[in-house]
Amino acid sequence: MTAAADKAAPVTFNAARSHRPMPWMAAAALLVSALALVPLAFIFWIAARTGWAESYRLIVRPRVGELLVNTALLALLTVPICAVLSIALAWLTERTDLPGARLWSLLAVAPLAIPAFVHSYAWVTMLPGFHGLPAGVLISVIAYFPFLYLPVAASLRRLDPALEDAAASLGLGPSRVFLRVVLPQLRLAICGGSLLVGLHLLAEYGLFVFVRFDTFTTAIVDQFQSTFNGPAATMLAGVLVACCLALLAFEMLVRGEERYARVGSGAARLRPPSRLGRMTLPALALPVLVAILSLGVPLVVISRWLIAGGTAVWKLDEIGLALGQTLFLALAGGLLATVAGIPIAWLSIRAPGKLQRVLEGLNYTVGALPGVVVALALVTITVTVMLPLYQTLATILIAYALMFLPRAIISLRASIAQAPIELERAASGLGRPPIRALWATTIRLSAPGAAAGMALAALGITNELTATQMLAPNGVRTLALAFWNFSGEIDYAAAAPYAAIMVLLSLPLTFLLYTQSKRMAGR
Amino acid sequence: MSFLDLTALTRSYGPVRALAGIDLSIEPGSRTAIVGPSGCGKTTLLRLIAGFEAPDSGRIVLAGETLADGAAFVPAHRRGIGLVAQDGALFPHLSIADNIGFGMARREVHRDARIAELAYIVGLDKTILKRRPHELSGGQQQRVALARAMACKPRLMLLDEPFSALDTGLRSSMRKAVAELLENAGITTILVTHDQAEALSFADQVAVMREGAFSQVGTPQDLYFRPKNRMVAEFLGDAIVLPARIAGGFAQCSLGRIAVDSADLQDTARIMLRPEQVLLKRTSSEGMSGTPDMLFAEVTDMEFAGAVCTVAVRLLNNPDPPDAAAIGSSPLILKKPGIEAPAIGEVVRVGVTGKAHVLA
Repeated sequence: MTAAADKAAPVTFNAARSHRPMPWMAAAALLVSALALVPLAFIFWIAARTGWAESYRLIVRPRVGELLVNTALLALLTVPICAVLSIALAWLTERTDLPGARLWSLLAVAPLAIPAFVHSYAWVTMLPGFHGLPAGVLISVIAYFPFLYLPVAASLRRLDPALEDAAASLGLGPSRVFLRVVLPQLRLAICGGSLLVGLHLLAEYGLFVFVRFDTFTTAIVDQFQSTFNGPAATMLAGVLVACCLALLAFEMLVRGEERYARVGSGAARLRPPSRLGRMTLPALALPVLVAILSLGVPLVVISRWLIAGGTAVWKLDEIGLALGQTLFLALAGGLLATVAGIPIAWLSIRAPGKLQRVLEGLNYTVGALPGVVVALALVTITVTVMLPLYQTLATILIAYALMFLPRAIISLRASIAQAPIELERAASGLGRPPIRALWATTIRLSAPGAAAGMALAALGITNELTATQMLAPNGVRTLALAFWNFSGEIDYAAAAPYAAIMVLLSLPLTFLLYTQSKRMAGR
Repeated sequence: MSFLDLTALTRSYGPVRALAGIDLSIEPGSRTAIVGPSGCGKTTLLRLIAGFEAPDSGRIVLAGETLADGAAFVPAHRRGIGLVAQDGALFPHLSIADNIGFGMARREVHRDARIAELAYIVGLDKTILKRRPHELSGGQQQRVALARAMACKPRLMLLDEPFSALDTGLRSSMRKAVAELLENAGITTILVTHDQAEALSFADQVAVMREGAFSQVGTPQDLYFRPKNRMVAEFLGDAIVLPARIAGGFAQCSLGRIAVDSADLQDTARIMLRPEQVLLKRTSSEGMSGTPDMLFAEVTDMEFAGAVCTVAVRLLNNPDPPDAAAIGSSPLILKKPGIEAPAIGEVVRVGVTGKAHVLA
């Protein structure tokens, strides 16, 4: 019996080996990953070229210290406030009989439709004296808390109420049940959301320029605009990259290896919502206040400027051109990101292994790098090595693809996972060569997910400002760029139509995100 | 006065009436099983006793303390009632030791020693304490859930189908172990299940529930051999229900003259026999011979399944048919030891042991 099993084992092993993933898929994945590494390699290259002593002098100086303190303060204030606010909102909308919970839940996601620098524009034009750290923290919180609200609300919905019942039967009151059972299970969602908020804080440019708060990103762009591609900017970028990597490492550390899925089998019963009773009105104050700050203020300010500007600000030819260019860049960049993401996503589902894990980790890490670093790398490389490519369409599209690759990969992975490998094998068995089998089955079936990923990347590109202003070819003026230039000239009324269009373009995708998160939770 | 008293409990969810007036008394230290088909309201009843939900009306009194009565309501965490849920509901973010110690005070003096002791009592190896719930098998998870509930020294233990997720073999051994354990600890227990064999073997008192009300409450033997009605009879096991004419403590039916357990004078009634009361004896000679009140049957079908076989027999003669038309068409289905499996077409003698039960 054992002998037979031993004899059979190598055969199955060989069979598994013979079904190797297509080698060109692995090659493509390697190529994309190598490209994604360019911004990181570039920093070391510049450091080496500048000389290590000079690089050290550029990194260890008071200015960098100031920026580090600013960044740390910003993150340490914003992320915890976002977390507490999101947990409170998620609990109210998912677990209580709060009137209009559905509406408040939708309104808690809606601020994502407004680019962060438009939030900032609204606050600054409404309260001109509002600037510095307090302004930076407040606007960051209202612009980015949905990144935490979405996963926390989804996890809260998925939690098995049987665990809370068990804790109550073991003698724990409601508040201790929340602290000892509910909160620990939200840890993954809180970690992931906090990481996302933290990375956005590091990468954001427009928001902090409006409120005159210096971060690494604003300092790099300033430096770049004054000295073009000097090593000073690059070394600042190096410190920024180190901050991002530290954040990623910290999140991994806090997240740990815990497993929070339901242990048992069978469907969890639905939990009856907690009754707020006399607390209903005070509890309503929170979502109302958040909605006023995060949606009311920007929308009212944009409307006010639109009314003040009248028809004069609607220069349809200029706006039409900006809209057309933006849509073209967004769709082309989104498509490129999606196509570039296919090999890695395909490998991670169909041929998971060491190589694929390394590549995927690498791509997520690089995807976490701020746009300013990617842009700086591409500018420097094109100027010094491939000048004909400087400020061309190709360069900016590559930058977009690198920046939004992780978004595309996440959607692709989920949809490829839904297309069973058996179909691909059946198509091969019916005589299709591998590439056509892949096309006829997996690609067809995963098209909706790929489209969603492309849409997400396109949304990011539509509202992208930092890399766009550094890389845009001459004559290209996207909605974000036009908005930025007008508001830079204090022509707030002329900027308003562009802000309004960006919000309108982002609305459908934000709604998509909202429904996706609901579906993920199974409802 | 008994340990737990439920009086006229009702609970509705919208138009659905989950509990329609439940009365139950439970003696201290006893084991009660509530058994019924899914959707009969048994889990709702358990949730009311545990304190996760409040009844619409009715009263719950535990050891003289009113837990629910109209507006008065003691929440779950102040009731001191333990619960073992269907899948254990272990906290996935805590180790096994922390799961067991969850309900203990953080600074309890001999906390670790008590955790180890509880693990030992429920039959868990000490090495398991550092592991996580998902690394354990289903049976081990249930043992942890039990140890966790016992750590709080509950006055009453509720078991919500705790064995249903386990394999058949493990199930009966776990059931026996848990019953002994709770008996030794002197903890009053209520088990909710849809498995009648589990209910009968586990409990001192069984309550059969249907559509939000108890059909019958009594000892396992009482319910099995003397069910109130056909529904209870058939829910607790296979039953042969026959029309009969009753006189002088005997029933005259298609199986002949059978002693009945009821002295009530009834002319015609339905009687119930458990299939294992019907005996089949091989006849040595071919065909039917002997006294005229002997009963013979032909084996029309036989399904062999190892230890047992299922035999269908058709009666060939009838000493005194009260309703002859009904008999010829419906054969008796009996389970017999596999080693005595008769051949199809064989003629056997039919006998009855014990008394028949007269259904209301």
